[in-house]
Formats: sequence, C-alpha cells, structure tokens
Amino acid sequence: MTNLLIFLGLLILGYFAGKSAEKNHYNRIKEKEKNLLNLPVVTVKKVLKEDKILKSELVTGSVVISIDYFKRIVAILINLFGGEVTSYESLIDRGRREAIIRMKEQAKGANIIINMRIQTSTISKSANNKNSVGSVEVLAYGTALWVSK
Amino acid sequence: MYLSNIETIPGKEIVEFYGMVSGSTVRAKNVGRDIMATFKNIVGGELKGYTELLQESRNEATNRMIQEAKNYGANAIVNVRYATSSVAQGASELYVYGTAVKVEE
Repeated sequence: MTNLLIFLGLLILGYFAGKSAEKNHYNRIKEKEKNLLNLPVVTVKKVLKEDKILKSELVTGSVVISIDYFKRIVAILINLFGGEVTSYESLIDRGRREAIIRMKEQAKGANIIINMRIQTSTISKSANNKNSVGSVEVLAYGTALWVSK
Repeated sequence: MYLSNIETIPGKEIVEFYGMVSGSTVRAKNVGRDIMATFKNIVGGELKGYTELLQESRNEATNRMIQEAKNYGANAIVNVRYATSSVAQGASELYVYGTAVKVEE
C-alpha cells in the first residue's frame, strides 16, 4: 500500500514538475537559439577559401539530461507494445539543441562552425529503475572559423 | 596547440605527419552527485553535476592527447574525434583521438 502511494506520488510529481521544467527549458532554448542565429553551423568541411580564414578553434558543447518519472513509466509501457516513444524524442531533442547552443556560445566572435558532429550516449542507468535509460549525454563539436571580411 | 576536427588546420599548411595520438579517462560517478541525480530523475532536467564531471574528464583526456602530440614534436592535431562508452555499471570512458601533425606557423 505504502509502495503504491509512493509510486503514485512520484508519478504525479513527475508529471507536473516534469511538464513545467520541460516547458521552461524549451522557452530558454528557443530564446538562446534566436540570439545565436547569426552564427551558422554546417556539417560540411569546405565552405570558404583558405586565405580568408584568420583563425580556427575546436569548440565543444555538452549536456547530460534526464527524463522525468512520469515519462519514464510511459516509455516502459510503450516498450511493452512497441511504437513511437515520444517521451524520449523530446528528451533527446532538448539535449541536442542545448549542446549545440553551448558549442555556439564557446565560439564567441566566430563567423561559422564547420564539420559539426553530434554524439549521443547513455551515461547512467537511473537509480530507481534498473532496466530503463535514466539519462543521456549529448556532445556537439566542430571547428569554429574566424573569417576576414 | 592547434586542434580541429577536419583534415587540415584552416589557413595553415601541414608540413609533416607524425601519427595517431589519443587520450582517455575512465570516470565513475560519485555518491553526492548520485543522490542529486536521483532527485533529478524524478522531475527530469539537466544533471549539472554529471555535465561538469564529463566535461572535466573530457578536458583531461584531451590534455593527455595533447601531451602525446607534444612528445612527437607536433604543434597541431587534426581530425579529432570523441567517443564515449560505458565500461561498467556507473563508469564511463571518454576517449579522444586524432592525427598529430606539424603546421607552418
């Protein structure tokens, strides 16, 4: 009985706190993305003539992000029947966008970031759920270029 | 030390190749951060402690790679790649590798 109450409590807490945290995070992401729009990021290597480049630097951005209790339970249920696991989609989407933002912030003053690569990895199993993914790490890296006008 | 994740250092010419250099660290999570992470696992969101931990470890691995390149007499590393893998429960390995080269100053 107590276990069930704790479970339900965590579920409700996870649902409300998780939902508002996700909404806030998305708002922050959108605002920062808007501010960083003038720094393009591309995944190709050659975009400029060599002699125009003043300086280059390897830049990285990373984030470890975790899913809330409610969404994790939903994901486990979906796992039983198969299908699209939307709760993890939004988690990874947030992680990637945040990592790219951090990479861009490290490249302050640069004109472009080339050859961007993204890498995602599971770093830990959650403490209260041995069988499910607790959190993921997203790393974005690329070469920032400073160009003469 | 110049680093890039493309085949050249943009705007500079490579004069000599030395070979592959790499660096790695294996890190375990610590208890304090684990407790915080457990709470965060309920409401979701960024696990700042882990982000920092992995960032520090990655810097450490990168420094080891740079040290190896210096031993060759290189002044740049091109085609740098990062890899992360979980070695055991609660420990992850951060690996970074690239090609040590000499570029014209």
